[in-house]
Amino acid sequence: MKEDTLNVVSLEEKSLRYRRNIIKYIYNAKAGHTGGSLSIVDILSVLYNEIMNVSPANFKSNLRDRYVQSKGHCVEALYVVLADMGFFPEEDLLTLCKYDSPYIGHPTKYVNGIEQNTGGLGHGLSMCAGMALAAKRDGTDVKVYTILGDGELAEGSNWEALMFAAHYKLDNLCAVLDYNKLQITSSNAEVMGLEPIDKKLEAFGWAVKHVDGHNLEELTETFKSMPFEEGKPSFVIAHTTKGKGISYMENVLKWHHGVPSPEQYEIAMAELA
Amino acid sequence: MFEGHPLVSTTTNMSKSNLEIFSETLQALAETDKEITVVTSDSRGSGKLVAFGQKFPEQMVEIGIAEQNLVGVASGLASMGKKAFAVSPACFLTARGLEQIKNDVCYSDNPVKLIGISAGVSYGALGTTHHSLHDFAVLRAIHNITIVAPADNYETEESIKIAATYTTPVYIRFGKKGMPASLIKSEGVSSNGSSETTPINTTPAFQFGKGRVLKVGEDLTFLATGEAVLPCMEAAEILQEKYQIACKVISIHTIKPLDDALILASAANGKPIITVEEHSINGGLGEAVAALLFQNGAHNPFKIMGLPDDHTVSGSQLEIFDHYGLSGEGLTKEALKILNAL
Repeated sequence: MKEDTLNVVSLEEKSLRYRRNIIKYIYNAKAGHTGGSLSIVDILSVLYNEIMNVSPANFKSNLRDRYVQSKGHCVEALYVVLADMGFFPEEDLLTLCKYDSPYIGHPTKYVNGIEQNTGGLGHGLSMCAGMALAAKRDGTDVKVYTILGDGELAEGSNWEALMFAAHYKLDNLCAVLDYNKLQITSSNAEVMGLEPIDKKLEAFGWAVKHVDGHNLEELTETFKSMPFEEGKPSFVIAHTTKGKGISYMENVLKWHHGVPSPEQYEIAMAELA
Repeated sequence: MFEGHPLVSTTTNMSKSNLEIFSETLQALAETDKEITVVTSDSRGSGKLVAFGQKFPEQMVEIGIAEQNLVGVASGLASMGKKAFAVSPACFLTARGLEQIKNDVCYSDNPVKLIGISAGVSYGALGTTHHSLHDFAVLRAIHNITIVAPADNYETEESIKIAATYTTPVYIRFGKKGMPASLIKSEGVSSNGSSETTPINTTPAFQFGKGRVLKVGEDLTFLATGEAVLPCMEAAEILQEKYQIACKVISIHTIKPLDDALILASAANGKPIITVEEHSINGGLGEAVAALLFQNGAHNPFKIMGLPDDHTVSGSQLEIFDHYGLSGEGLTKEALKILNAL
């Protein structure tokens, strides 16, 4: 964990800049998962800027913390944060989803800073659990983080991994639910209800906290309190807004992977100025 | 299962299964290599790994019956530097865990060693749910995986040793019945009464992707893999003794990458080729060899022997082999048929 005092102002500035970049590069690519990227970007910002011991300088070290994005489709948020961390030049993102670019629509190891290739849902948590167990057995302080989508939790493999992580007392593992309550077809409630998700996770042996997924200070304090309970993996239910920060996108289903028109682009950039 | 088999009855040190050899080899490696980690899906008994778990509890990870998580966790362990052997019945490992194999192991390039136990029709009368006749086919279509089916104890031991140090993903599958220590006789194998021999001490060292010539002969070639190699050796003996037909038998223990050079060289005489595998005739060794030969202008008389695209007959592994002509006698008949058709 980073020792610097939390600079909320700087994080808030970054939050706006990250959002502008998400829109900018998705607009340029004419492709991307806009709503979800805006939903998770504050969580990523806090993890990379305030919590995780990972940087371009230590990325080859086995002692770095690990982040695997289980909801891989919101990779644009990860790209803009990694660029800001110095893993690659930001202008590389002008090739997003272009022919022969490593910056494709899901995370891959071909991009510096990315740990695992994801995109199929229900994969990240198992991999993270394996990483966390290896760290435990090696006696290191490595912590492992993942962000899961709410729609993704219908994948049964997540529940295999949830059982496993509790069984092995992986309190160096933290899963974050990007709980914006919308998935591609409709609301979670209509497609496949999750509730009561906190009780389910607790029954599976996890220590659970609810958090406002756009409150940078609250997110920081929550991650700093990990493990929430000794001997238990930590689960953060981050209540988020799909399309957060852009008025016409917030909680609107079509922005799951919508691309702004030129007019919409101008409005979005003005709102994020 | 191969009691009464001429090779089995005349060879000493015959009784061990490839499964037992796998277990012994892994345990021996783990003595000095603390990164070796076994990951099982409630399968440590069927994987002969109970003793391993008792001796090296910190190198064993029990997943429970959850093959998707098995492969995902093994990928995470491998990414952290563990030499993760994910051990599970081949039927479940390569079907239930297939997307994790494709994405978490192969695409993410985590060097997991996937061990498919009780492969093919080893589970016999337990039926199709427990058979793996699809594993070569599905894994051949996935990039970045080496696919291995050792024929005898020697190939199994060498495969496990190599896998432990391999830096890319590997799938190794075998059965649980006794297999010969080595299918190459130590004194060499005669061919059609000539002086041509293949002494074991001149056989190249075992390596993935390089077939192993078990018997030389110029009238017909058997290209076989895994536990289907043994009946080819039996057929070759019958054909030699009863019909003076000299067969070459090659263990193609590595399905991918295929030993193109050896296979094309064995086809150069234009004589018949029979491929034999404990797998569906669709998508396995036979079709891989056919594609190689045809695209290189080889038009040898050719037959793929394996399990047909049909409901699999019930019975023991040996009875199923017999039913589909994957026995010494069945393969002898097939060889005579293809030779007479020339």
